[in-house]
Amino acid sequence: MNSRPNSFRSGPDERGHFGMFGGRFVAETLMPLILDLEKAYAEAKADPAFQREMNGYLKDYIGRPSPLYFAQRLTEHLGGAKIYLKREELNHTGSHKVNNVLGQIMVARRMGKKRIIAETGAGQHGVATATLCARFGLDCVVYMGAVDVARQEPNVIRMEMLGAKVVPVQSGTRTLKDAMNEALRDWVTNVHDTFYCIGTVAGPHPYPMMVRDFQSIIGHETRAQMQEAEGRLPDSLIACIGGGSNAMGLFHPFLDDPSVEIFGVEAAGHGLDKLHAASLTGGKPGVLHGNRTYLLMDADGQIQDAHSISAGLDYPGIGPEHSWLHESGRVKYISATDEEALAAFQLLSRLEGIIPALESAHAIARVIDLAPKRSKDHLMVVNLSGRGDKDVPQVGDILKSRKAK
Amino acid sequence: MSTRIDTRLADLRKQGRAAFVTFLMAGDPDPATSLAIIKALPQAGAEIIEIGMPFTDPMADGPAIQAAGLRALKGGMTLHKTLDLVRGFRKDDDATPIVLMGYYNPIYIYGVEAFLADAKTAGVDGLIIVDLPPEEDDELCLPAMKAGLNFIRLATPTTDDKRLPAVLANTSGFVYYVSITGITGAAAANATQVGDAVARIKRHTKLPVCVGFGIRTPDAARDIARAADGAVVGTALVEALAKSLDAEGRATAATVKAVADLTASLAQGVRGAAQAAE
Ligand SMILES: Cc1ncc(COP(=O)(O)O)c(C=O)c1O
Repeated sequence: MNSRPNSFRSGPDERGHFGMFGGRFVAETLMPLILDLEKAYAEAKADPAFQREMNGYLKDYIGRPSPLYFAQRLTEHLGGAKIYLKREELNHTGSHKVNNVLGQIMVARRMGKKRIIAETGAGQHGVATATLCARFGLDCVVYMGAVDVARQEPNVIRMEMLGAKVVPVQSGTRTLKDAMNEALRDWVTNVHDTFYCIGTVAGPHPYPMMVRDFQSIIGHETRAQMQEAEGRLPDSLIACIGGGSNAMGLFHPFLDDPSVEIFGVEAAGHGLDKLHAASLTGGKPGVLHGNRTYLLMDADGQIQDAHSISAGLDYPGIGPEHSWLHESGRVKYISATDEEALAAFQLLSRLEGIIPALESAHAIARVIDLAPKRSKDHLMVVNLSGRGDKDVPQVGDILKSRKAK
Repeated sequence: MSTRIDTRLADLRKQGRAAFVTFLMAGDPDPATSLAIIKALPQAGAEIIEIGMPFTDPMADGPAIQAAGLRALKGGMTLHKTLDLVRGFRKDDDATPIVLMGYYNPIYIYGVEAFLADAKTAGVDGLIIVDLPPEEDDELCLPAMKAGLNFIRLATPTTDDKRLPAVLANTSGFVYYVSITGITGAAAANATQVGDAVARIKRHTKLPVCVGFGIRTPDAARDIARAADGAVVGTALVEALAKSLDAEGRATAATVKAVADLTASLAQGVRGAAQAAE
């Protein structure tokens, strides 16, 4: 795409397209429901009572606004840009995922749906969904790849305590992609009473738009908080990308501010020449899970296994709006390896007393080399999308096994 | 432009009977066995052959067809080889219609124009693409029609009267009524409900209506064949194939026969519908 659009914030069009990306590539069984959802969401969005009710829960149940925190020791350690952390990890349930779940559950209630299904990778979206289903008395079934059930056990236990049923998915690569397949299969089977609460800015239209809208509170708050703290816009934004919801939530309100540099960090796994999950850096456009977007695949169009140390980034695709922002050049997409994330995880824990989620540690990993290259008056905002409690057993095991060697 | 599908369904209609439609996965469990199976189908009584295009992420398929696709992919199947399979079949059979069924991504990556041209010359008559609803007709449906291939649309229990016209608008060959809300191989179809649904669809179109998902036995095939212009069986055949494989998932001497035998008894069920109706 060569011509620069007037605005980077006007998408999608009425068919759910961001440039050539997005769309509604779903089975006919789901199509009527997706059209219903589009209508219900448009009505909710226009209804001040919906907004008022949501604001109430955002404040008193989730604990928003989340702070914008000046990370003084990290800033001093890196010796460059002034680094601010957007503290999404302080939200109820421990990540940004809950912002979107609250919105979708409120739409589901408007639609009269009593049964909620979700896919989850790291388990953060699953926990948020289980939490709000408990709060509103809805049935909840969470699909989770069997590999992720093993590596994110604390979250499995949490979901079950909250009354959700966690279904370990044994098909395919037994990670997030397969959990999404299985959730879609459930949805096709139970269309009449079931609402599919998708955890990121992917899936068929209107999901990428709707999830982005619910997550955009991150960027709107950041804008106001930075104004308050420094009296101006930030100079750069940086966030990790699985499907891209925490990143899109931070980025979207700033897309039309050309002075703001924006970086999305994909998971480079073992390295970009080996197994990884960097769909923009290493993939090409294709169609999966309801939308056209960049995907990791082979020459025959078969989807390839992704790999990341972090279950929440271990997905061979990315939200369609990111594909569009990538091709239009507005956002720079870079990556961080498992090792870099692990190092960043430990650095932030030691310097700031904040144990980040392994997902968020990917963003920190790139801050480590971007910040020193920026001047001291450069304002850099990192989205700290989640806290690392869920990763403590996994990272602990890795570090212990290394010490033993 | 009429395809082998149009001709075959018109012939059967004249004879007053429904079509027996089989589904198997291309390359399951290996390309050579797959070709032998497909060659055996017409003689066993299949009147339209659907061939699945293997895909890593078959979102509308149950465990049996998922496993079939994975076996095929493991055996090295690709979309190019699926077209080879059709070419191999066409060497001896120029009459039995062939429909390719699957998901859009492998076709998108092959390249839509190239795929349609190659499929047409290979002897493919129609396409069923699960994840291309009418909202995405520009992608493949309209180009396929232009290339002389039928684009066969799925109608489902959730496709209400308001939506049916949109679903039927660019459909050709036949309408594939999915008799359950669910994935392949799940619930059993209820013949009475199917009859009502077929009647409802026929109020909107002159196209033949074939019914699939959830038909497993000759009796069920007979009941559905009474209510529709065709009965599609997939999972039961794929399971019969799977059962004939050895412990490593390789074909055995019994594999082709296992599929052909079940095809023959299902075909008898479908024929029984015509006799019972007389
Ligand atoms: C803390 C955290 N950050 C980021 C992600 C990645 O998702 P997204 O890219 O949609 O923000 C996840 C997903 O599980 C997560 O738990």
